[in-house]
Amino acid sequence: MEDGYWLLGRLDWQALPFVRAWRHPSVSEWIGAGAGGLVVIAALAVLVMLTRRKAWRRLWDGWLTSLDHKKIGIMYVVIALVMLTRALIEAVLMRMQQFAAVGDPGFLSPEHFSQLFSTHGTVMIFFMAMPFLTGIINYVMPLQIGARDVSFPLLNSISLMLTAAGAALVMISLVVGQFSTGGWSAYPPYTGIQFSPGVGPDYWIWAVTLSSIASTLSGLNFAVTIYKERAPGMTLFRMPLFCWTTLCTSILMIFAMAPLTVASLMLALDRYAGFHFFTAEAGGNLMNYANLFWLFGHPEVYILILPAFGVYSSVISTYSGKTLYGYKSLVYATLAIAVLSFTVWLHHFFTMGQTANVNAIFGIATMLIGVPTGVKVYDWLLTLLRGRIRFTAPMLFSIMFLVTFVVGGITGVILANPPVDFVVHNSLFLVAHFHNMLIPGLLFGMIAATQHWFPKAFGFRLDETWGKISFWCWAVGFYLAFMPLYALGLMGAMRRTSEWLRPDYSPLMLIALLGALLLFAGFVSLLVQLGVSVRHRDRYRVPVGDPWDGHSLEWATSAPPPEYNFALIPRVEARDAFRQMKRRGIAYARPEAYTDIAMPKNSAVGPIIGLAGAGLGFALTWHIGWLAVLGFSVIVGAVIARSFVRETERLIPAASVREHHERWLDAVAATPRVPRVQELCPSNRGHAEPMA
Amino acid sequence: MRVSSRWTRNSRSLLAAVSGLLLSGCADYGLFAAAGPVAEAQRSHLLLIVGWMLVVSLPLFVALPFVLWRYRQRNRKADYRPDWEFSRLLETLIWGLPIVVVSVLGYEAWRQTYRLDPYRPIPADRPPVEIQVVGMDWKWLFIYPAAGVAAVNEVILPVGRPVRFRLTSATVLQSFMIPRLGGQMYAMPGMVSQLNLIATRAGEYRGLNTQFNGEGFARQKFIARAVSEARYRQLLAGMAATEAALDAATLARLRRASVLDSPLRFGSVDGDPFNAIVAQLRRGGGYAFTPAVGAR
Ligand code: HEM
Ligand SMILES: [Cu+2]
Repeated sequence: MEDGYWLLGRLDWQALPFVRAWRHPSVSEWIGAGAGGLVVIAALAVLVMLTRRKAWRRLWDGWLTSLDHKKIGIMYVVIALVMLTRALIEAVLMRMQQFAAVGDPGFLSPEHFSQLFSTHGTVMIFFMAMPFLTGIINYVMPLQIGARDVSFPLLNSISLMLTAAGAALVMISLVVGQFSTGGWSAYPPYTGIQFSPGVGPDYWIWAVTLSSIASTLSGLNFAVTIYKERAPGMTLFRMPLFCWTTLCTSILMIFAMAPLTVASLMLALDRYAGFHFFTAEAGGNLMNYANLFWLFGHPEVYILILPAFGVYSSVISTYSGKTLYGYKSLVYATLAIAVLSFTVWLHHFFTMGQTANVNAIFGIATMLIGVPTGVKVYDWLLTLLRGRIRFTAPMLFSIMFLVTFVVGGITGVILANPPVDFVVHNSLFLVAHFHNMLIPGLLFGMIAATQHWFPKAFGFRLDETWGKISFWCWAVGFYLAFMPLYALGLMGAMRRTSEWLRPDYSPLMLIALLGALLLFAGFVSLLVQLGVSVRHRDRYRVPVGDPWDGHSLEWATSAPPPEYNFALIPRVEARDAFRQMKRRGIAYARPEAYTDIAMPKNSAVGPIIGLAGAGLGFALTWHIGWLAVLGFSVIVGAVIARSFVRETERLIPAASVREHHERWLDAVAATPRVPRVQELCPSNRGHAEPMA
Repeated sequence: MRVSSRWTRNSRSLLAAVSGLLLSGCADYGLFAAAGPVAEAQRSHLLLIVGWMLVVSLPLFVALPFVLWRYRQRNRKADYRPDWEFSRLLETLIWGLPIVVVSVLGYEAWRQTYRLDPYRPIPADRPPVEIQVVGMDWKWLFIYPAAGVAAVNEVILPVGRPVRFRLTSATVLQSFMIPRLGGQMYAMPGMVSQLNLIATRAGEYRGLNTQFNGEGFARQKFIARAVSEARYRQLLAGMAATEAALDAATLARLRRASVLDSPLRFGSVDGDPFNAIVAQLRRGGGYAFTPAVGAR
């Protein structure tokens, strides 16, 4: 064994992209080194800024150790946005390569290209989509059911920090070593030790394992919260639809993440300990991995999409000034989708060589999901019918979702037919299809959610003009970027291809590239929107907290809400609880008495476990024994130590609750109500004149 | 310098391609240019699905713009029913219509899945040709057990006679496909799968691996030549006259990761390499992969 192995494991200078670029200079390596450099510089810049502003203490006390579900939610969204930036840049790079590489090797080496699609896919699913929806759920769901926090606030913080640890590992792989080249699905034996002897798949394994454990815990937390923490009178069938979709997503998380955790750990055993689960030899079989992975993978797409369905339900009914059409239908459709999503995983490998019987059954099961999904789309359409529709930014995203999602649904049914899937499996047709589902069905939903709930979280509205500019970029960009891929797929162009031997692919590749650039412009516009809104925040303030004439309880409290959400837990008597309160004139009523409120104390356990988890993952990736032992011991130690802490709660005295609440009620009384036509004017201070 | 010349080259081929595409209407591509009954059936099945799906989706595409326009906030003339939340008739329709369409499509899917089952021998008056296919990093080996010849990255098919491909992989998971003839099938290490196809038109068709397997993936292509039966016999006889033999040493060389510039032909085959590779991978330790060898 070499000197220093005990200290650094397999780490050496070659692990640094800068060294690689120095030794073998090429455009591809320079891009790699540039990306690594960017990560280092950005990290340093953040550190310097925090130090110069003396913000460490504030960050630690106010955010990192906080157990407030609202702050945890916001931190999740921040992670999602950082990772989205990276994954989008990678997407544009891939599009440039595939355009440049028509009848030409292009500017990226095949190796580099395969890292790009692997990290893009892994990041988008595990470190963009999952944190984004978990963040939105975290922020909104407890408010909507009239709770003060989730059931297990510390567990919530641990989930967040484990997710952050996984994301950090993927970012570190840009600077130290290389990520996997095996795609987001990491099929063995390609990702086995024989074919991928480097550290890439190990980064994938540990990043995904951290994330899957975090998501399992989040699922448990959300489900229990919905079962146990609802305000008095908030029966299940009075919950906003977003809470229903959250409940279903949580149940899916509980049951669907486990196969992934198991699959990635079995792959780890193959790689680290010479096991043969997924090799061809000694009784192993790679298709067992495919089964386990998609047993997670298919429910996963519904984990991703259901919360967005909830967002669209809120947004569409709010901005058309109507109650949701077909609430019960939507609930049953959601439940049906959740159950059926476990019965279709085999459609990801119709081409495995199983009998026609098996294929036909799974194909038909897949098409069945189309029924409840179609019902939902029409329920939303009927919600718009006979409304008074305001075309605000979140509404535009929702409308674009309706149209685009149906296109994706059509191609989904095409793919569900084994005979046709034989032709388009693994092709760009498939790539077009899943982006066609995930961009409208997830990303648009999350963007709509941020536009809709941002004023609640930060106390001021977002700039509407930039929101609309962004919307048009996303909408047009999407069609340009992905419609050509359907055609290319039918023409026989396969996914994960770094160069094309057919010169005539050029025009369609060019259109797709322009689309990707436009999509990126849409993302940049969102950042500009944020900047502009922060600059003009005084003009956009909505302290009363109900800028959109909302229907559910989150609008019944101030913006931003106090730590304990509601001075007095509201009493719910109907669906659309806050809308009904406004109608009956009991919104903003003065409570007769106040009580002390117990809230969870800050805890450093979350960040400690997150840091140790990242250390453990890094150590396992690089075979650094001592660090792995240390990381693992710290995690176990922190959990044990925490169990001895007696005083986990802090009492907020009734007097201070009263003072805060009365001040807000006075402000409400002093703020004029605005009708919907003035919704976007500075006069909208969050006191809505109810439409109906 | 290099970059700019590439860009001019690209833009020139772009012009050529745009005009080509417009003129030919996507001719000679994948499903758009099916060259056998399997691909043709797959294409018509696809069109049928699109047709039925339009039945459920067109109402949305038509109604949505209308609803958005009519019920816009400024149109005070439109009725406004903020509490309207249910209609039995509409509810029956929005559940019923998708159920009907999915039933029809489900029935069709069932029928076609059986008819186009890749394992089902294609009915024809002559017995099928059997060709063994081994996916390697990053090439395809074709063995004609009856004729005792073999080739790499080139396969010859008799027009009008069904072909039964038996597939395996000497390395990782791969997927074998000739887009203009029809669907694909996985080639898996240690396992044997099947794909039945038939070419009804003579021509040269592109074949490829669709499942990513490393650096040389983009170049793992082969040519499928569909020729008349007489020509087929002639070509095989020509191959048999080739001196090169597919022996153990050649096989070992082929199994090392590499990309080939042109096809190889072998006039004789030692033993039964196809089944030997399957058995060897099952026994264990059979992978022959040297990751150090580059793609080009
Ligand atoms: C918004 C602009 C986006 C663009 C331009 C884009 C582009 C791409 C490209 C070029 C590929 C590689 C296709 C290939 O294999 O040839 C890809 C793969 C992928 N994308 Fe995206 N993407 C975008 C957004 C998303 C989003 C929002 C998600 C998920 C939430 C996502 C998930 C994936 C996944 C899972 C893969 C497959 C990776 C693999 O092959 O293992 N993408 N995308
Ligand atoms: Cu699926």
